[in-house]
Amino acid sequence: MNGHDFTLAGETLTALGSGALWFGPQRLLCVSDLHLGKSERTARRGGGLLPPYEMTDTLARLEADIAAADPAVVVCLGDSFDDLASAEALPDTVVEWLRRLQAGRSWIWIAGNHDPTPIDLGGTHRDELKVGPLTFRHIADPCARHDISGHYHPKAALNVRGRLISRPCFLHDATRLILPAYGTYTGGLRWTDKALQNLMDGDARAILTGPTPRPFPMPRAACRA
Amino acid sequence: MTTLPARFTDWFAARGWTIHPHQQDMLDRADAPALLLIAPTGGGKTLAGFLPSLVELADGRHAGLHTLYISPLKALAADIRRNLGTPIGDMRLPIRVEDRTGDTSATRKKRQRADPPHILLTTPESLALLLSYEDAPRMFAGLKRVVVDEIHALAESKRGDQLMLALSRLQAIVPDMRRVGLSATVEDPAAIAGFLARHPDPCDILYADPGPDPDIAMLRTEEPPPWAGGGGKYAIPAVLEQVRRHKTALIFHNTRAQAEIFFHELWLANEDALPIGIHHGSLAREQREKVEAAMVRGDLRAIVCTGSLDLGIDWGDVDLVIQVGAPKNVKRLVQRIGRANHRYNAPSKALLVPANRFEIVECVAALEAVKARDLDGDPRGPGPRDVLCQHILIRAAAGPFDAAELYHEVKTTGAYAGLTRAAFDDCLDFVATGGYALRAYDRWQRLVERDGLWQLRDPRAAQRIRMNIGTIQDTDLLKVRMKGRGGQPLGEIEEGFAATLTRGDTFLMGGQVVRYEGLREMTVEVTRRADKAPKIATFMGTKFATSTQLSQRILRMFHQEAWPELPGHTADWLRLQRNRSKLPEAETLLVESFPHAGREHTCVYGFAGRNAMQTLGLLVTQRMERTGLHPMGFVSTDYAVLIWGLDPVTDPAPLFEPGNLREDFETWLAGNAVMKRTFKASAVIAGLIDRNTGGQRKTGRQATFSSDILYDTLLRYDPDHLMMRITREEALKGLVDFGRIEEMLARTAGRVDHVMLDRVTPLAAPLLLEAGRVPVEGAATERLLAEEAEKMLAEAGLADPDPVKPAWRVPF
Repeated sequence: MNGHDFTLAGETLTALGSGALWFGPQRLLCVSDLHLGKSERTARRGGGLLPPYEMTDTLARLEADIAAADPAVVVCLGDSFDDLASAEALPDTVVEWLRRLQAGRSWIWIAGNHDPTPIDLGGTHRDELKVGPLTFRHIADPCARHDISGHYHPKAALNVRGRLISRPCFLHDATRLILPAYGTYTGGLRWTDKALQNLMDGDARAILTGPTPRPFPMPRAACRA
Repeated sequence: MTTLPARFTDWFAARGWTIHPHQQDMLDRADAPALLLIAPTGGGKTLAGFLPSLVELADGRHAGLHTLYISPLKALAADIRRNLGTPIGDMRLPIRVEDRTGDTSATRKKRQRADPPHILLTTPESLALLLSYEDAPRMFAGLKRVVVDEIHALAESKRGDQLMLALSRLQAIVPDMRRVGLSATVEDPAAIAGFLARHPDPCDILYADPGPDPDIAMLRTEEPPPWAGGGGKYAIPAVLEQVRRHKTALIFHNTRAQAEIFFHELWLANEDALPIGIHHGSLAREQREKVEAAMVRGDLRAIVCTGSLDLGIDWGDVDLVIQVGAPKNVKRLVQRIGRANHRYNAPSKALLVPANRFEIVECVAALEAVKARDLDGDPRGPGPRDVLCQHILIRAAAGPFDAAELYHEVKTTGAYAGLTRAAFDDCLDFVATGGYALRAYDRWQRLVERDGLWQLRDPRAAQRIRMNIGTIQDTDLLKVRMKGRGGQPLGEIEEGFAATLTRGDTFLMGGQVVRYEGLREMTVEVTRRADKAPKIATFMGTKFATSTQLSQRILRMFHQEAWPELPGHTADWLRLQRNRSKLPEAETLLVESFPHAGREHTCVYGFAGRNAMQTLGLLVTQRMERTGLHPMGFVSTDYAVLIWGLDPVTDPAPLFEPGNLREDFETWLAGNAVMKRTFKASAVIAGLIDRNTGGQRKTGRQATFSSDILYDTLLRYDPDHLMMRITREEALKGLVDFGRIEEMLARTAGRVDHVMLDRVTPLAAPLLLEAGRVPVEGAATERLLAEEAEKMLAEAGLADPDPVKPAWRVPF
């Protein structure tokens, strides 16, 4: 699989170019911040009528990752739905699609700030999940060690010889990992943002998503002023 | 002839003035439903426009709004208010004049809606906003005249389309409203008249005396200009000498970045400390106002500026205009020259400063065009549909409407006269339902039809619509401010540029070298400590392509036997090119191939303007890639594109075969960054996405997702969606400029003249020095990332667990 291996708490993890995380020894695939139903929620609130194809796109990419990895466990790391109302208003095709993806494997919905309560869409619901030394939760706990979270939608922005390249990215250091947002309509928070700078250690690395995921040192200077 | 009331003739007499013939004409024709005045700068144009209003209002019997004045610039509205104050005050006319722009306070705006002045001075955007309120019919009830100032400038952009749609709405509210347009000299007055008038009403055109021919020349310098690049740094001593010899000079540049660099260099050489200021659209309002005030007081000897000073603001006693860099467009040059000697019947004095050797040729061609009064311009296309979508939203915000009525109203706008009902319904459907192949928003439509009238589903949406009014494209800009409490605002830079800065980097802003300290709540904080060579800030702003007419003139010059009108070094250069290879011709596409620095080079002299030549470079290298010629990169200018790669081009004709080019174009266009940028602009205008305001970005936990994603999604799932069709149309006439490639193909009709040489030719040599090289895309981005990752990990002392293989460097 097209991924970049690194270790956290002695476990080998693989950052996939799609933005999903593969935990090989456990055959666990983790995706964060799908934000399904985002376009419907935007319309409901009187915003623009965005192209209503983002669920199809997000699920098609997830289906491809599942087909390639054949995971025993899929963890959706919170904010899987843009809000509870959009989760309840999913079209039947999407509900069936989710059931197909869930068939034959265990599926865990972690609660997020957009979808804090259980939703009747198969799988099990958890606030957090422990696997070996690792804890999966939606929002990083600054005091905890070895947690894997999402929520911040980290994104890298690099100026490489005059070209500005911006990509969603994983951030990790010795104690934590933050996943990029997987959903199609999700924005990003620059890796130089204070929230991310404060959470991550000085030697943190970013793994940029894309055709070949690549590690970069997380820049530290710009925002500490 | 309408005689001027005694009060007015006395006033004219007291000032020692007589009424200009065109001012009298305007008065005589005051009842015409539409009237266009073409007058040079300084011709008393504004007074000509207002005189009929002042006369009609002089008896004090008119209650409420009488005249609406629209200008493209807020500053112009304020300037006009001050200027009107003189006759109104002197003659004690019972007339209230107020301006209303984005800078007007909320309480004042509210009062203006309840109790409008006799004359309201405003901008197209503020007018559109006024029309979005339910009480618009009451406010505009007594309106008699609309005066559109600098209509030639408005007609060049979507702001003009928005304004004319707004006028169609106004005319429906007050059918007797008369329209007056004031324009600088333009190449096609009839087109402007058709743009102004209610379709199909006629519109008479009045011409003021154009005045004497301008005194215009090329600045001769001891040092010849460099072979490539822009900026005109070499001419600084000569420019300073000219500033010394004149009272006040305006020094125009084509881009803001060039203005900044030139200003910086000018001050380094300014030993006499002549007071020289800088003015461009990216500077903070406070900064600009300071310069404007100093200018009006006559405190400045020169102002380095860009197009932001193009419009008719009265800046006092300018006696010299200097244009640095080739003017690109003769019409704009003429309008700029008009800035000097703001007095009727005095010749304007102007100097052209070519920035490089090729621009000498371009400047001489432009001078001849000015003498021949041969102006250039492209015909205006049909009204853009993204602006129509916004107009429908604005109409909905003002209250329920009948679709057929609105359609007929829109069709009275010249630019939309040819709009079909089906095309209108497409836009209405997009605004109401999103217009997607997948009908997903039945419950959450934006507009719903009830009892035959369309209205907002959620009336609260009106607020959001009002926040997004306008067609001015603002890239994501960040404010720049001096660090510290109450730090002085300096201006704005592009977010993309800000992202490349790290603490300690320096850049030029308003002529100062400032040091980047950090980002604080979406504001770039800087200090004055500058200890490094400055980076160059990138500013939004159009890079104008050399006009078709000017390019044709240059090609005609190449045809001459000799060039007595050119400086010796430039004539020698062209002669050398003729001896070694050939000079480009209009009817044949000249292609040169030669090895240089270990690479095979091919130079194509298309003369189609910067944007089209860039597009041509992308298309040709794409085909070269497929035919195995291993192109590695290219660089383009207004007249040529230079491509380098591993293999020589031996048969270029198939590369320029129109069928091939068009086919490649279709594929290439879809995934192109220009398309994404164009999509974003249109999506904002059409109301699909909200204008990205600083406030929203600050409060949003995550930045709103990029509009590129919407484009990619539509391309994949709904490629024929209205927004995609609009994007295509816009890109074709805008940055992609495929129209001029078509024009080039038609002109050369398959005639490709291929010259193979053993070394670089005189005409191609400057291109080797040109900035803005484009590496051929594909694996390039990944490769750049790989290299950069390795480098940065090494620098950070982090070993990469799986080392990246050494990759080829992209040359240049």
